[in-house]
Amino acid sequence: MFSKSYSAGLDGINSYIVNVEADVTDGFPEFYMVGDLPAKIKESRNRIRTAINNSGFKMQMKKVTINLSPANLRKEGTGYDLPIAVAVLSCMGYIMQQKLEDTIIIGELSLNGSIVRVNGILPMVYNAKKKGYKRCIVPFDNGKEAGAVRGIKVYCGQNLREVVDFINGNLDLQQVNTDCLPLFDRTPENMEDFRDVNGQEFVKRAVEVAVSGNHNMLMIGPPGAGKSMIAKRIPGIMPKLTFDESMDISKIYSISGFLDNDNSIIYKRPFRAPHHSITQVALTGGGRIPVPGEISLASGGVLFLDELPEFDKKLIEILRQPLEDRYIIISRLNANTRYPADFMLVAAMNPCNCGYYPDRTRCKCNITDINRYLSKVSRPILERIDICVEAARIDYNSLNNKIKGESSENIRERIEKTRSIQKKRFENDGILYNSSMNTKHIEKYCVLDEKCRKLIADAFDNNNMSARMYHKVLIVARTIADMAYKENIEEDDLMEALLYRNAIKKFWDNEI
Amino acid sequence: MDTNERYYKMWLLRVPHIGNLKYRSLMEHFGFAGYVYKAEKNELMAVKGIGEKEALSIINNRNTDEIKRIVDKCYKDNINIVLSNELNYPNKLENIFNPPGILFYKGKLPDNSKPSIAVIGARSCSNYGKEIAYNFSRELSKRGIQVISGLAYGTDLYAHKGALDANEPTYGVLGCGVDICYPARNIETYMRMTDNGGVISEYFPGTKPAAANFPVRNRIISGLSDGILVVEARKKSGSLITADIGLEQGKDIFAIPGRINDELSYGCNNLIRFGAVPVSCISDIIEEYSRIFGEYFNGLKIEDNINNSLNFKNILESDEKIVYDLLRLEPLHIEEILTNCGFGLAKTIQILYKLECRNLIESSKGNYYSKRMIIDK
Repeated sequence: MFSKSYSAGLDGINSYIVNVEADVTDGFPEFYMVGDLPAKIKESRNRIRTAINNSGFKMQMKKVTINLSPANLRKEGTGYDLPIAVAVLSCMGYIMQQKLEDTIIIGELSLNGSIVRVNGILPMVYNAKKKGYKRCIVPFDNGKEAGAVRGIKVYCGQNLREVVDFINGNLDLQQVNTDCLPLFDRTPENMEDFRDVNGQEFVKRAVEVAVSGNHNMLMIGPPGAGKSMIAKRIPGIMPKLTFDESMDISKIYSISGFLDNDNSIIYKRPFRAPHHSITQVALTGGGRIPVPGEISLASGGVLFLDELPEFDKKLIEILRQPLEDRYIIISRLNANTRYPADFMLVAAMNPCNCGYYPDRTRCKCNITDINRYLSKVSRPILERIDICVEAARIDYNSLNNKIKGESSENIRERIEKTRSIQKKRFENDGILYNSSMNTKHIEKYCVLDEKCRKLIADAFDNNNMSARMYHKVLIVARTIADMAYKENIEEDDLMEALLYRNAIKKFWDNEI
Repeated sequence: MDTNERYYKMWLLRVPHIGNLKYRSLMEHFGFAGYVYKAEKNELMAVKGIGEKEALSIINNRNTDEIKRIVDKCYKDNINIVLSNELNYPNKLENIFNPPGILFYKGKLPDNSKPSIAVIGARSCSNYGKEIAYNFSRELSKRGIQVISGLAYGTDLYAHKGALDANEPTYGVLGCGVDICYPARNIETYMRMTDNGGVISEYFPGTKPAAANFPVRNRIISGLSDGILVVEARKKSGSLITADIGLEQGKDIFAIPGRINDELSYGCNNLIRFGAVPVSCISDIIEEYSRIFGEYFNGLKIEDNINNSLNFKNILESDEKIVYDLLRLEPLHIEEILTNCGFGLAKTIQILYKLECRNLIESSKGNYYSKRMIIDK
């Protein structure tokens, strides 16, 4: 007898429906599984057989054939145990075939019949909803995560017996519905706030400009200047996540197994700060079955590289392509997987080995060493950084300052306005932020008057600016003008934009 | 002097284990390098300071082909060669201890008839040292004093730059072959100096910069100068070695006083304690030089474009003045300027930009700002 249930597989952060077909006929008692399966899935036959027996059903001594279609896609993961068991039980007459229609079943079985959580449940359920399935049955531990998807009924079972009874209509399972909308409306309590940063008004201003136009940023400064402290607070001033954005980010986290019943959905912008000993695979994603790396996990938020020169040079070079394309394609034998990598790069570094340069009373590094240290950061990466500032050492007075800084919420409100100006401007250009402007856009939107042209011409001559640097200055000036709701770029916008190139100019272009 | 004798001399200087001193005693003994070339072992060993090792080294290296190649290459690369006791060998070097037997140079050699000064100091100089080296060199050059230094990082580099910006020749003595620019980052100044001034070395072209060469070349720097201006020096500094040598050679030692707690000024303050002339303005140096060169400075007309401290302050607007007065010679971070002037970022940036355009201040290190130095005559 033939029967069929439905489940889901993963391809990158997208999902596809898998038809789980079972056929039980008279013959030598065997358990065949086909459909481009790795050993990890094939060995599930033993789990399934035992789980069925231990759940109070009788596994008939018959020949069982399982097919997971489409058979041309390589299947991964352990979530097929439950749908296979259900399909087999349906063949044996425990479940009516028509009750399996419009139902997605996902879950791993343990030998006693209880259901174990799997990774990547969110994109699967999300896709099932899009494909028009009415309900899905997921492991109990995945319940909250799956419940975040609206428009599909989510049930979670503790064990195989419960699921079978539920499908047959003999048992009512509680429908899970994670109400995550309130999460988006309020500011999370434990989020770091800019109010805690005393002083550093200049760096804070630079950060605001950077976030407003989604510019990549580099902070150079001595140890203890508050570079990391500021970086950690950047996600808090980025515009609030919309539900759709959150879904896209949560999918990545779901695949990586970072979601559970306590964190059912990502509602804060991610802040990823990998240590500089990170490997290439961990950064970009990879592995035999590609999993997302840090750059994908930072998507929609901030990728913070502290101690930039300490990172392997090769790693930093790898970032060049995702910084341009906003996604990364990982090619492996079994799959070509595309993961999003739409992050804002924030990097921090010391100006030299000891960290105190240019304070010559403390810094004893010789010039060769300083230059060697600086040269670990390559030119191409510097060219992708729009805003570079030096953070000063904090003096005691500003540390003890009782006047609190501006709160993240205020800053965010301003930034949201600036972002909406950009969104409106680029409506027909297919980009969202100033930082994504190409030469054509710059010509169109960064019009300079006579005074400004003279100013930038002087700067261009005095600083040996490259064409790319010239464009970067214009792009940043555009953002600064947007922040003041100006139609056109004015002189002081350009001056400020030039200021954000000064540090790069001094550290990497001139002799020290 | 005939060409062959020149080759023999260069050959002798290039023989391993024969340095300037042994070269000198060999020349005194034999009179001609050509005789040394042909001398027997026992004849060589009769010379004071020449042992078996040196004698064998001379005998085993009897071949002038390499020298001919070097001379050809120097000719092609525009490198000039001068041997001691040749006509254009700098007079000032003849009287020092261990004068170099040979000098290679690109550009030209310092003018013997003009006064010269060595401007030296720490490689990792502070902004104070940088401004002093640059401004003093520029002003001294304008007054016809040739600036001599070592084309290293820091003080040396800014000293050369100051002189070049005054459009006067300046001379650098290297610790490697003159065909090598070390440190390589100074290549721009190196090129400017070969056009206006010169780079000088006692080492054969192609000699790599070895650490041991640098203190040795210091005797040439001080030897070529009539006085030595030490801009900044730590407690243990190569500049102090140069000052010591200069003292032995009977040169005037000038030092820029610094703050007592400033490590980079320790050496200078110490020199002053031991009798060096403290320098606070150009005329401190000119006065001392007038004693030797007397007439030289009398007819000198100086095109003066030093910012007059009285005049320029009047042209500043009141806001600009507030910001300008906040700044010091030591770099100040923009953050501090912001908090102290209270103008807000946009306005402060504008003022800073204007001041920088007028060359009154400098964004020396990224987001740090410092005053340009205004020195008194």
